[in-house]
Amino acid sequence: MNLHEYQGKELFAKFGLPVSKNKVITTADDAVNACRDIGGKKWVVKAQVHAGGRGKAGGVKLVSTPEEAVEFANHWLGKRLITYQTDSNGQLVNSILVEECTDIAKELYLSAVVDRGTQRIVFIGSSEGGVNIEEVAENTPEKIIYEPIDPLTGPMGFQSRKISKVLGLDKEQSKQFSKMLPQLTDLFTAHDLSLLEINPLVITQGGKLHCLDAKINIDSNAVYRQPEIQAMHDPSQEDPRESEAAMSDLSYVSLDGNIGCMVNGAGLAMGTMDTIKYFGGSPANFLDVGGTATQERVSKAFKLILADPEVKVVLVNIFGGIVRCDLIAEGILAAIEEVGVSIPVVVRLEGNNADIGSNTLAESSAEIVSLNNLEDAAKKAVELSK
Amino acid sequence: MSILVGKNTRLLVQGFTGSQATLHSEQSIEYGTNIVGGVTPGKGGQTHLDVPVFNSVHEAVESVQPNASIIFVPAQFCKDSILEAADAGIKLIICITEGVPTLDMLIVKKRIDELGITLIGPNCPGIITPGEAKLGIMPGSIHLQGSVGIISRSGTLTYEAVKQTTDLGLGQSTCVGIGGDPIPGTSFIDVLKMMEADDQTKAIVMVGEIGGTAEEEAADYIRENVSKPVISYIAGQTAPAGKRMGHAGAIIAGGKGTAADKIKKLKECGVHIAENLLQIGVKTKEVLG
Repeated sequence: MNLHEYQGKELFAKFGLPVSKNKVITTADDAVNACRDIGGKKWVVKAQVHAGGRGKAGGVKLVSTPEEAVEFANHWLGKRLITYQTDSNGQLVNSILVEECTDIAKELYLSAVVDRGTQRIVFIGSSEGGVNIEEVAENTPEKIIYEPIDPLTGPMGFQSRKISKVLGLDKEQSKQFSKMLPQLTDLFTAHDLSLLEINPLVITQGGKLHCLDAKINIDSNAVYRQPEIQAMHDPSQEDPRESEAAMSDLSYVSLDGNIGCMVNGAGLAMGTMDTIKYFGGSPANFLDVGGTATQERVSKAFKLILADPEVKVVLVNIFGGIVRCDLIAEGILAAIEEVGVSIPVVVRLEGNNADIGSNTLAESSAEIVSLNNLEDAAKKAVELSK
Repeated sequence: MSILVGKNTRLLVQGFTGSQATLHSEQSIEYGTNIVGGVTPGKGGQTHLDVPVFNSVHEAVESVQPNASIIFVPAQFCKDSILEAADAGIKLIICITEGVPTLDMLIVKKRIDELGITLIGPNCPGIITPGEAKLGIMPGSIHLQGSVGIISRSGTLTYEAVKQTTDLGLGQSTCVGIGGDPIPGTSFIDVLKMMEADDQTKAIVMVGEIGGTAEEEAADYIRENVSKPVISYIAGQTAPAGKRMGHAGAIIAGGKGTAADKIKKLKECGVHIAENLLQIGVKTKEVLG
């Protein structure tokens, strides 16, 4: 689950990290009061969406009058911001963050992730901030530090000093960073983060470290124990079909093709998509119905797939496992009847009682092609999609 | 032989009386697995599926001496259940449950490594040594005792590989589903090491998927340490970058962990690639000659 920048900064502030004085507004008129409450003569206004690359897309602006802030808000509120990180529809802007302007002396990069390799929370720091960090990692790896945190000890002073050195901090800044590192680690563990990124972390003209951005992702497996985070959930930033799927415990990702896919298991779902491409077709979605393909789940899945107008054929690939395939077949038929499927459905069932299941499907009146191996089923679906 | 599990496995089931655990335990018993008891706190003293239920793993260890435990408890209790089994001295723990918080696994993994315990999973189908013992949720009927060791991050993809090697008469020595989570208890490398040392295993099928660098690390290990032929299939070759495909494991970030990266690296390290899901069995047969 992702958070907005302003929500990330709320958490930063709660853990004692330095962020700019700010206000979040949802109507343009509020911009005037926001600027006045913050004070100063310059403000930064930032469209709040779950995507990076906002600056280049015009979603961030430096303004020197409250009227300019109102104009910016009027322009963006209710519109969709398209950046290189969004799809072609962009993300809906529902709120704007108004911030006090920070005078920047230098931009740095700092993030923390759960690293699969070391199996630790790892801090990643670089003296090169505000830019594409992947390019820095590739071209000048010596400018990046990866510092894993032992879960037993937490971050130690020597680690803070190591990171400070790579960031190029002076003595005072290093001292400030030695307080920030434990605060960031506490935030990471207390709220079950999977990613925390400050790009840029800046050194101000006054020589202080300051968090100018806040990107936070939460481990979706742990959201159940994070009530504060649950309250920050913004469904407007998600693909409506993807969030509807998540509500039904289905895993769905929409893609550009025209063959709807319904598969049990994420790996097999990807394998099925690969197979469709291999035979010259194009999948309309990734959809994992989970280990137990009950009628209810299958119905939901059909509804999701058919909501995509591009879909011309549905390929169902179920490796029955312990669930009997004859029961799955009955579930598929009931779901097709319930949902009113009017396009061809190709079904491949494998596992216990697959033969009985295939017969049930073959004998039904619905427009179903039942094939018992994936190669034939995928070829058939591709043929029907043309 | 075979690895990790076999005729001598004495299995304990944690979360025993729940519906999933009951269903899969029945199937495992039918397959011939020796389930010696189960644990459900508060239900100690009862009998379930003709074996005793205990309140704790420690009580079960004292009474029925299990040497492996399989966990079906809900995700929020998995950390506790794994560490309970570890504390009670069980050396092989299989966690089937999906949805375990990653930070729980960071702590669990550190602890089980200290104790020298093998944890399979979480979010996995389990382990099976065909004809001997089934510790997991895989369908027993598609397996055949044989010579191919199978390791996979994905459940139903493992079944696909199993089915193909069974249909071609090759069969399997042991199949291990290591699970698709970011911090798995056991890595590809851990299992490759065991399969290399196992007499029954003549070839190894490694089924990977996009995300992370586990396959790349396995490739380096294979080049240096594995003399047996390894056949690999990587799922997610057509997944668009940046989209998360269900598994926590299946994330492409920053150009790392794509199917193309993995396949290139595996080829460089002498691994045979099944270009398509449908070719896993055929490729294995071809390599075995």
